[in-house]
Amino acid sequence: MARRYDSRTTIFSPEGRLYQVEYAMEAISNAGASIGMLAKDGVVLVAEKKITSKLLDTHAVGVRREKMYRIDNHIACSVAGITADANILVNICRLAAQRYLFAYQDPMPVEQLVRNICDTKQGYTQFGGQRPFGVSILYAGWDQHYGFQLYQSDPSGNYGGWKAVAIGAGHQAANNLLKSDFKEDLPLSEAIPFLIKVLAKSMDTSLSPDKVELATVTRDPDSGKVVYKIYEAAELQPLLDAANAEKEAAAQS
Amino acid sequence: MDFFVGIKGKDFVMVCSDTSASHSIINIKQDEDKIVPIDDHKVFCIAGEAGDRVNFSEYIIANVKLYALRNDTELNTKSVANYTRGELATALRSSPYHCNLMLAGYDKETGPALYWLDYLATLNKVNTGGTGYGSYFTLSLFDKMWHPELTVDEAVAMIDAGIAEVKKRLVVAPPHYMIKVIDKDGVRVLKTV
Repeated sequence: MARRYDSRTTIFSPEGRLYQVEYAMEAISNAGASIGMLAKDGVVLVAEKKITSKLLDTHAVGVRREKMYRIDNHIACSVAGITADANILVNICRLAAQRYLFAYQDPMPVEQLVRNICDTKQGYTQFGGQRPFGVSILYAGWDQHYGFQLYQSDPSGNYGGWKAVAIGAGHQAANNLLKSDFKEDLPLSEAIPFLIKVLAKSMDTSLSPDKVELATVTRDPDSGKVVYKIYEAAELQPLLDAANAEKEAAAQS
Repeated sequence: MDFFVGIKGKDFVMVCSDTSASHSIINIKQDEDKIVPIDDHKVFCIAGEAGDRVNFSEYIIANVKLYALRNDTELNTKSVANYTRGELATALRSSPYHCNLMLAGYDKETGPALYWLDYLATLNKVNTGGTGYGSYFTLSLFDKMWHPELTVDEAVAMIDAGIAEVKKRLVVAPPHYMIKVIDKDGVRVLKTV
């Protein structure tokens, strides 16, 4: 019965559902996880890479990252879903941020960027006949209005501000874990291991630098500039080793 | 001809405009307030072609208000200045707005700011500025008298001296002027001359 109402993206089903949007979210639950949380002095984003192969040439020109992208000097994001769709959306985000900067000579407030993209995403659920984007995005940024912020958007064009949230594979388990164990105002030094632990719990295999991406958005205390840092293998390894050891110990006990 | 000057002080901006509204050789009224509020802490002083002045200022003010309503936060002075410049620039090569304007504002985080724009979409952040014939007589005077720690009284003295000079030397000097000041408490009329 539902089949009659789900091939057109921009119509309701008799039960009042938008099947294409729901199917898009289904696609995302099979994609690599992305988890983010607000710390006292920054925002942490961690993600599971699905495309792992020794043959991958990570120095090739183009998209070096699979999950983490910088949108502007003060905003970064992590995606979950169809990577090709994500590329389009990240580009739209970057355009929106630069258009704002051009018009006002001031960095775009984070929530306004999120709202702008979400309005675009919503358009694909209402008109045009094109399928929605199969991507959920976690936005991490800082602005002078609200400080550090974390937002999550989904294919419906809905968004919310979060203290901690997970998207992608295993997000229900990860969100439950966050709900029970999240502590506010953790310093970054504690938030990062915590978030890696949450990622480890939602992943089957053990963590290694070629399967994990970790990024933080912080602010330099002297210059006030927002700093976006991606953790490379050398820094990532000890953090992952610690998480793996903890996982082992918990499994054995 | 409209007379506008602006002076940025230590923690305020002061603007002065003449208060005549005239069309060719007739004075329609002598008590026109030409310093237009954009919001609680910013004003426009716009001189130039009659229709463009009002149309352009109302257009910018409406868009500033729309931003505030949409985003639950007000634009700061720098953003309004750059946005205004952008609108002038976009229209320049099709149907330009023939106005010269100054934007004066006070932001909690960054304090007072004064911007000078002209009909070619020039934008400059200035300490003292003016448009029209009057500015020819006042700017060098202000250069001599301005310093970074300017107080309200010193700024008023500067403007009084400027007005005196204009009345003395400009053939078509306007008779009446209004001085407004913008600081952390908002916009208020300081005095009328």
